[in-house]
Parts: sequence; structure tokens; C-alpha cells
Amino acid sequence: MHSRMKRSYSLWLLPFLLVTALPAQAEYGLNFPPPATTIARDIYNVHMLTMGISTLLLIGVFGVVFFAIWKFRKSRGYEPDQNFHKTWFGTWSWIFVPAVVLGIDLTIASSAQKVLNKLWVVPEQEGMLDVKVTGHQWYWEFEFLDEEVRIESRAKTEEEAGELYLRDVDHRLVLPTGRPIRFMHTSADVNHAMWVPALGFKKDAIPGYITETWAEIDTEGVYRGQCAELCGTWHAKMPIVVEAVSPERFTEWVAEAKAAQAAADAEAAADIEWALPKLMEKGKGLYNTKCASCHQINGEGLAPAFPPLKDSAIATGPAAAHIDIVLNGKPGSAMPPWKGLLNDLEIAAIVTYERNSWGNDTGDAVQPRDVKAAR
Amino acid sequence: MSTTASALHSEHEHHPYGWRRWLFSTNHKDIGTLYLLFALTMFFLGGLSAMAIRAELLYPGLQMLDPDLYNNILTNHALIMIFGAVMPAGAGIANWMIPLMIGAPDMALPRLNNLSFWILPAAAMMLVLSFIVPFFPGGGTQVNTGWTLYPPLSVQVGMSMDFLIFAIHLLGISSVLASINIIVTILNMRAPGMTMFKMPIFCWAWFVTAFLLILVVPIIAGGVTMLLFDRHFGTSFFNAAGGGDPVLFQHLFWFFGHPEVYILILPAIGALAQVIPAFSRKPLFGYKSTVGSMLVIATLGMVVWAHHQYTIGMSLGTVSYFMIGTILISIPVGLIIFNFIATMWRGAMTFETPMLFATAMVLLFSFGGLTGVMLAVIPADVQYHDSMFVVAHFHYVLIPGAIYGLFAAVFYWLPKWTGHMYDEKLAKIFFWVNMISFNITFFPQHFLGLAGMPRRIIDYNVIFAEFNFLSSVAGLIYGFSHLLFLYIIIKAIRGGQQAKNKVWEGATGLEWELPSPPPFHSWETAPKIK
Repeated sequence: MHSRMKRSYSLWLLPFLLVTALPAQAEYGLNFPPPATTIARDIYNVHMLTMGISTLLLIGVFGVVFFAIWKFRKSRGYEPDQNFHKTWFGTWSWIFVPAVVLGIDLTIASSAQKVLNKLWVVPEQEGMLDVKVTGHQWYWEFEFLDEEVRIESRAKTEEEAGELYLRDVDHRLVLPTGRPIRFMHTSADVNHAMWVPALGFKKDAIPGYITETWAEIDTEGVYRGQCAELCGTWHAKMPIVVEAVSPERFTEWVAEAKAAQAAADAEAAADIEWALPKLMEKGKGLYNTKCASCHQINGEGLAPAFPPLKDSAIATGPAAAHIDIVLNGKPGSAMPPWKGLLNDLEIAAIVTYERNSWGNDTGDAVQPRDVKAAR
Repeated sequence: MSTTASALHSEHEHHPYGWRRWLFSTNHKDIGTLYLLFALTMFFLGGLSAMAIRAELLYPGLQMLDPDLYNNILTNHALIMIFGAVMPAGAGIANWMIPLMIGAPDMALPRLNNLSFWILPAAAMMLVLSFIVPFFPGGGTQVNTGWTLYPPLSVQVGMSMDFLIFAIHLLGISSVLASINIIVTILNMRAPGMTMFKMPIFCWAWFVTAFLLILVVPIIAGGVTMLLFDRHFGTSFFNAAGGGDPVLFQHLFWFFGHPEVYILILPAIGALAQVIPAFSRKPLFGYKSTVGSMLVIATLGMVVWAHHQYTIGMSLGTVSYFMIGTILISIPVGLIIFNFIATMWRGAMTFETPMLFATAMVLLFSFGGLTGVMLAVIPADVQYHDSMFVVAHFHYVLIPGAIYGLFAAVFYWLPKWTGHMYDEKLAKIFFWVNMISFNITFFPQHFLGLAGMPRRIIDYNVIFAEFNFLSSVAGLIYGFSHLLFLYIIIKAIRGGQQAKNKVWEGATGLEWELPSPPPFHSWETAPKIK
């Protein structure tokens, strides 16, 4: 914290820096980050064009007004021209001013329309990679539909992320270069929006909708973005990190992810009796990543939105009700149904952890089969 | 004869005294004063919330607020400033000035006028309650949706959302009633000989604004009512799981929300059309094209709402239409700016405080308008959307475009209202501090947005630290500069050099033929207009 504050004090020098050190652009982020797709490059060009035209117009307006302020003032003894609005200029300006503005408008619109046509319509093409993006309060879920790989992507804590805090995640979205990717966005709860500036799009994730965008990444690298649509308490903690890799590396990554997923599923399906310490250990890790952003690490919740689990009726009462609320969520609140997102073992571990932590001492070791029966 | 009669009559002003004078008032000047004092109070409340936001964003990390409280303050800042400060301030000036400017004794519907003001304090109370209710036991969660109130997030919120919904209903009723009054007054109460095209532009601006209000306020009222039903009565207007559509709310909101921008700006443009000719000492350039432009702005402004929602996944044809329509608004707006500059051209300008604010509005509103054109361009907007660039843009539109216009109007007419000259020296200091700190606050936010900082976040990565620090420091100076504004107004109300009938050398219009302050009943005998 201290070093950050120190960094900010140097800000008093900023106006000076802006004038003398414009090459320091990258450091201070004055413009879009370098684009990583063709469409993002086109967007960058449209942005520079409209910004250029706007800047010229603004210089024109400022120039004329400052000239008028300097020239046509009473203190200089200037006599007002009472008939200026009746000259030919005054009679016809209502025609030629709109005509000039229309010309500028059409210049901007025509160059924008070309990029828009390309950006807006997802190309129908063989070999497209389909990625389903689901926004959750407050993490992202990415599914590779054909590969049947699913990852959840959560913000790293301040300790883990360091300088990248709020721009770094535990599981990156790995994507191949040189292959068109179709993103299908939806949401499990409230509206979110995926925004990675280097990829050149932003699209809302709306519950009940599937919105489409596409990108073809041409440069390998790590591209960072954030959720752009206000989605409640931890809106600031929904970064997106895209790691663009070669197609070969992507194939490897898919295989690794599938193997890890298969191992986890096999573990959950194994019909063994899980001992309490083992469940507690598993549950702690899961709870701290998936549940603690609302119910907090210490189980005390955040009043009034997120109820405490410590000494709560649910976490100390019958286990069946506890499993039920985790599986099915609580309608009308921010508590989502977890049944589609966690396997039986994971839910059993989380429930066990919640029933035996922070002074809760039911002693229950909830088994995966209990969860399976409740589904 | 009539002069003596009215002079005699004015000495015996038949109105109650004490608190009854204000509570039961049917007098356009008293109600105008109430509106202005209400707006000033809310302006400081909204300003205080802005200071909390900027203080929180001074450094990365959580400083003093928790995320929901931050979002609650953010929501209230917008609603208080829009519905509590700018709209009532515009209505207050309209109440004061329209009868004086068109030669009428009062507004056409004085009792309705009383009602439309006195709904406001009730509405403000509901609004403030929506802010504080979550702090009481059982008060539910905070309003963390932003002023756009998008479902499903707004369905999750506790009972403070219901207070907010009812506050919006009341504010809407007040605005519609005031608008009806303004339209009826302008159509029926003009002095003989004052045709519509001889009417001061300020009255035209409010005439157009009033129609806009009557057309769009019912839409938001309907939208939030449906939200209320979704929250409590099991309907699914905005719930996809029940066959509804969360995007429908966005359309209803912005069908109101976009014209609302013009509702905030048009009265300020109208005030500028009075101030700039007065201090340029020559008539307004392009009277008819200014009026025409305002009508075109109002019409076009009603049919471009979805440019606030480019990212919701509309079809190519739909978004192309909204892009072209939005870009075309630059034509009437550009023409109005052109007319203002052409009015200054070959004039004999002096720069008293109203003219300083007017000039700043012409320049900085142009800037905000041009970033508006940038935002209209969809391919680029998918980058700017919901980033700090948007925050910078709309503050450049609404602070110079609406609030500087209102400041110009207040300083222009303050001597007429109070009968005293304000302290010109202090007012000029206020202008310079305010204008410079405003620019340092909001200009860097453009860079933050381009570099990838989303809006409405309580915490940010260190790469955004420098500009946020700069913005916060300047923002706090900007905020506190308004205490000087308050002092100048109080000083002018309490005393000062007696104002003449015609306060400004180059001012024209009927209001300058009456004494300062004007008699209790403005024009008992209608003036004759050639």
C-alpha cells in the first residue's frame, strides 16, 4: 500500500511529463492498447480518424472563438455590426453550415460502416472455434463447446496478483492464433460485459440472451480486460485474461485440460467413504475461491446482502437443507444454483467445510452420494 | 392610468406572510425562488456524493467505502444531480423568467405551479430514504445498480429500490405538471403583438423542453412500474425465465434517458441565446435557425435512444440506423454553436461573469459534442462503451452544456431577482477556479477509458493510478469551489449595490423594463409589442 501511495505522489509532475515526454505514452496508457486482431486494428483506425476530425474541428472552433474574443471587444473600441445577421452570410448560413456538417458526418459514417459490417456479422466458416462465455457474479465461465472443456476464471487476490491485482485471474482463457473464434455470451444472473481491448470488442452477457461476437487473433500474447457492465458488489473484481498461443500449443492445452477434468470427475464418481479431514481440506480451497467473495473467508458474510454462515441456521441445522440451498440457490437473491457448476464431491466438500468451520461444529462429513441423491 | 393603478396595487400585495407565503404560494416568482433554492440544496448534496466518489478513487485499493455503498452513492449522485439539481434549476428559472419575458402577470396555472413544486421535497425525501434505508435493521441491500437501474440487478436490490421507484414517479409527476404549465403559459399568456417568432429564445427552448418532458417521462414511469411489479407481484416483464426480456427495460429507460439529455441542455442553450447577444451588443445570429435546430434536436433526439445499448446484440441493420441517426444530431447542434459564435463575431464583447460562463459553454460543450460523435461510431464505441471515456464525455456535455448555461443564467438574472448586484470580482474568481479544475478533473478520464478502465468500479489496477489521482485532486478543488458560488449568492441576496431596471448595457427584452426586483405581480397591464 505504501509503495503505491508513493507512486501517486509523483503525479504532481504529470502535466510537465505530458508536455515533455509524450513518448512515455505506453506507460501512462493514453490510447488503446496495441490491437491483436485485424478487426481491432480497423477499429483503431476508425477511432483515430474520428478523433483526428474532431480535433481539427475543435481547433477550428477554439481558433475562431479566441480570435473573436481578441478582436471584437468593446475595450478595443469595436463597434458592433448590428446588421451582420442580415447579410448574405446570415441569410444562407442555415443551409451551408448543415451541408458542411453533413459532409463531415458522411465521411465518418461511411468509413465506420465498412468496419461495422465486418465486425457485426460473424463469418460462416468451417473450423470456427466456438467459445461460450457465461458471466457470473463475480467470475467468468468459458466453455469450448466442441472440445467439451470448461474453465472458470476468477480474480486473483491482492497477495497472489501483486502489481497485476484486478487484471489477473487464476485460470486464463487460452485461445489459438490464426483461427476465427466465435464468442457466445450469456449470463447466469445479472448483466455483465466481456471487454478485452486488444481483441476489439465488447459484448453484453444478458440472462436469457446469447449475443455473438468473433475475433481472429494474429499475435501471440497475453491480453487483459475487465467486466464492463455494472454487475453488483464486486463488479471491479471480474478481470478477463486471454492467452493467445499457437494452434499446436492450444491442442496440447485442450488435452491437458480434458485430462484434468476427467481425473476430477473420476474422483467424484468413486464410491468411497470420504473422511472428515480430507473433505475439510478440499472444502477449504473450494470455499475460499468460490464462496468467499460473498460469504467472506471468515464466514461472517457482508451485511445486509450476503448472510453469515457462521452460527447460521442453515449451516448448523439439518444437512439436507444445506445441500439443497447450495444445489439450487436462493431465488431472488445473489445466491446462484451450483448444481451445474460443481460436481458431487465438490459440493460435499464445501458443505462439510461450512458445517465445521468458524465455530460451526456439526461434525458432519457430507458424502458425494448424499449430494447425488439430493440432485 | 394603468401605471398608477398598478403602482398602488403593488403596495398592497395580497399574499400571506411567513411560512404561509411559501407553502401556499401561487406566485411565479416565489415558486421560482423555491425551485432554485431546492435545486441549490440538491446540487450540494449531489456534489457531496461526487466528492465521496473521487475521494474513494484517489488511490488504488479500498479507501473508505465498501463496494455496495460506493455503488449506492454513484446511483444517488446521478439521480440527485439530474432530477434534483439541474431539472428543478431549469424549472425555477423558467418560472421566474417566462412571465417576465412574455409580458404576463404570472404563470397560466398558478395552483398547479404550487403543486408541481411541493411534490419535489416529498420526492427528494424518498430519494434520500432510498439511500439511507439499508443502514437500518431489516432495510435490505443498497441500490447498487447505477442510475440506469437495469434488471436483473435491480430486482436483487432490497426495499431501497422501491423508495427509488416511487421517488422517480413523484419527480416525473412534478416535471409533467410543470411542463403543462409552461406550455399553456407560452401559448396563452404572451403580450399582444408578441408572436411566437418574436418570443425570446429562452421561452422557445423551454417550450420544446416541456413537450419533450411530457412525451418521455411517462415512459420511464411505466418502465419502473413494471420493475416494481417484477419485484413484488410475480410478473416477468424483464425476466427471461418467465418469458420476459431484460433488454426491454433498457429500451424503455433510454427512450426516456436520451431525450432527458436534451431536457437538461435545451434550457441552458436558451439561456445562452439571451446572454451572448447581450454581451456582444448585437442581436442573436440566426433566430429562426436556432429555433428550428431545437425542434430538430427534440425530434431526432427521440429516435436515437439505442446508441446507449450498442453492445446488447442488436442486428446490423438496427445498429446502422442508430449510428447514422445519432451522427446526424451533430447538424442541428453544430448550427446552434455556429449561431452563437456568429453572434459574438463583429460584436462589441465584454466579459462579465455570465459571458465568461457562456463562452466556456460554447467551447467545452463543443468538445463534449465531438466526443459524442466519436461515441456514436459503433466500431469505436464497442471500445469506449461503459469505460471512463464515457464518464468524461457526459460530464463534458452536462457540466458545460447544462450547468455552465445555468450559471450564466443565474449570474445574468441574479440582479433582477434580488435587486442587488452580485460581487463581480468574486464571481470571476469562481469562474476561473471552477472552469480550470473541471477540465483537470475530467480531461484525464478520456485517457483512462481508452487505456481500458471500466466505469463504475470502486477499485482499479495501479496502471490507472496516475490519472485517477490527478482527477481526484482536481475534482475535490472543483467541488469545493462551489462554496464560493454559494457565498456570492448569499451575499447578493443580503445586499449590495442596487440593480437598475436594465442591469446589463446590451440586454434586450421585456424583463429589463420592470424594476429590479420586479413587483409581486409582474405585468398587471400587458406591454404592447411592435
